[in-house]
Amino acid sequence: MATTCQSWIVYRQVSSIDTGAREILPFRFGYACNALPLPNGVSVTALLEIEDLRTQFFTSAGTVQAVDGISYTVEPGETVAIVGESGCGKSVGALSILQLIPDPPGRIVGGAIRFQGRDLLQASDQEMRDIRGRDIAMVFQEPMTSLNPVLTIGRQLTETLEHHLGMSRPDADARALELLGMVGISDPKRRLRQYPHHLSGGMRQRVMIAMALCCEPKLIIADEPTTALDVTIQAQILELMKDLTKRLGVALIVITHNLGVVARYADRVNVMYAGKIIERGDAGEIYRNPRHPYTLGLLRSVPRMDLPRKDKLDPIEGQPPDLTRLDGGCPFRPRCRFAVDRCATEMPRLEAVDGEHFSACWQADALTATERVAS
Amino acid sequence: MYKYTIKRILLMVPTLFGAAVLVFFLLRLIPGDICELRLAGTGGYVDDEAVKICQQENNLDKPQYVQFFDWIAGFARGDLGTSMWTGQPITHEIALRFELSLQVAIMATVISILLAIPLGTISAIKQDTWIDYVVRGFSIAGIAMPSFWLGILIILGLLITTQAWFGGAWMPPIHYTPIWEDPVANLSQLIWPALATGYRYSAVATRMTRSAMLEVLREDYVRTARAKGLKEQVIVNRHALKNALLPVVTVIGIEFAFLMGGLVVTEQVFNLNGLGKLFVEAVTNHDYTLTQSLVMLVALIFVVTNFLVDLLYAWLDPRIRYS
Repeated sequence: MATTCQSWIVYRQVSSIDTGAREILPFRFGYACNALPLPNGVSVTALLEIEDLRTQFFTSAGTVQAVDGISYTVEPGETVAIVGESGCGKSVGALSILQLIPDPPGRIVGGAIRFQGRDLLQASDQEMRDIRGRDIAMVFQEPMTSLNPVLTIGRQLTETLEHHLGMSRPDADARALELLGMVGISDPKRRLRQYPHHLSGGMRQRVMIAMALCCEPKLIIADEPTTALDVTIQAQILELMKDLTKRLGVALIVITHNLGVVARYADRVNVMYAGKIIERGDAGEIYRNPRHPYTLGLLRSVPRMDLPRKDKLDPIEGQPPDLTRLDGGCPFRPRCRFAVDRCATEMPRLEAVDGEHFSACWQADALTATERVAS
Repeated sequence: MYKYTIKRILLMVPTLFGAAVLVFFLLRLIPGDICELRLAGTGGYVDDEAVKICQQENNLDKPQYVQFFDWIAGFARGDLGTSMWTGQPITHEIALRFELSLQVAIMATVISILLAIPLGTISAIKQDTWIDYVVRGFSIAGIAMPSFWLGILIILGLLITTQAWFGGAWMPPIHYTPIWEDPVANLSQLIWPALATGYRYSAVATRMTRSAMLEVLREDYVRTARAKGLKEQVIVNRHALKNALLPVVTVIGIEFAFLMGGLVVTEQVFNLNGLGKLFVEAVTNHDYTLTQSLVMLVALIFVVTNFLVDLLYAWLDPRIRYS
């Protein structure tokens, strides 16, 4: 336990340098130690349990297996990150939870999404509408386009309150005012009457967060919530989300390609590649001790301030595979430095390598020995 | 906004002046002379002296620029002059027909909006289903069918169905009654041409609504609205429709302006004495003063409609602010 705390301190420092914010280290330290034992599947029922989810897009170019049998859980109040590069299926997987995949061409073809024990894929349209926005809310990537340009901020907040909680207009207005204050928007009274184009990107994302918090959901799915924002604003928004989710006990799924975000804000991490989860584990553990060549590659392609400066970064060569043409082997093998013959014929399963740390790689064990020495 | 409105209204003056210059001089390029036409229209002999007197009466013997400024000066005073053909004041000639044309244009526009927006929206929501195909077929048919032909079909249909159901053939009244005198008689005459033209002009607006709606439904904010758990109906009516209406408003505005003076053939079919018919008569008669006034009237309607469309834009989309 003591060593874990220690490593968390180190790791927090690293990440805080990455994101350019480092003011709350002591708090983080205490929090990290307390929260560590919780996420590892100790709790009795998971809030969200995704099992073998498959989402495909039927296009003229062929069937795209965007999400290909992913399984993960989210515990109440926990922050889970889904990491991967563009097009790996992380957003589609998140949109599948709320069944917001445009159909056609997309369709969830298999699996189960159990929210508080209930399979959402069996729910009726009406039941899904009741869950969306009330039990599970979403924060989207593009605050510029995700707010309706012709409706006032106030209206976009109150409509959810009126719809789900049956509030009257004045009550909803009062609550909207309170929510805007909560997400740190100055002069909320004036903002309520303004339109999205009057607000900056960071402000809009705060409004999105306020919208997500409207009905005090149990789970918020944030799909790349900071990608479209300035770096300085990114840290603010993430701090805000972290703070509010902790305070209100809301579970959070953060979808991101930013490992700095993962390291700083997530309890657990799922790394996705080509529609599959290829590594899962505690955030600190994955950061320190990656057991999949792809995760390792991701970490290496990010500049590190805690390591001696190298001449250049070490990116992953090649392109992600075409998701319409996947064979039975490991999809990462063409880009993998550790590939063996077996990788071409058989996709490794996601298996425990060390306690709660899972990896889908035939070479997971070899990776620890060789690579950590090398780096 | 206030300043913008004033500016726009003032800008109408040069636009209208340009239209006046064009119509005045273009008309005089048409070969032929109203006095010869009026006096010798039937081919009989005409005394040169009589033609001269007629030209003097109508100020046609003065230089063209004098005629032009006389006309403009009168126009500015609100005096449109008299028709060269009938000798009646032009305001009198236009007034009754304007009333009729305006009513048909408004009714046709309302019908076209009532058809286009719901149909276009449904067609977009049910994209690539049989509903979509039916709506698209319906609107293509509207474009393909000339409205006068549709008009003839409507009259025939009325005759046949009333004969079959009520035992006596009924036809829309031929004489125009203003709506405040007898609304029933008025509507039973004007609803048919309004339906025929409204259907025709709804076609473009329907397709416009459909494509704008399809585009808007793919927007991120519609996904956000879905993620809030709103009902599909609310998403479409509150979130999508207002965004999709911008291009539709433009099309409908231009159509309305066109309907005011452009329904020549439809008026013929329904035997309406509207502006379109007056227009054609004025041009064939070389009735300069009447043609000029009519063109200016239509130009004014175009300019004002455009202005109203711009104001509607600002109301629909708060990002548009004129200054």
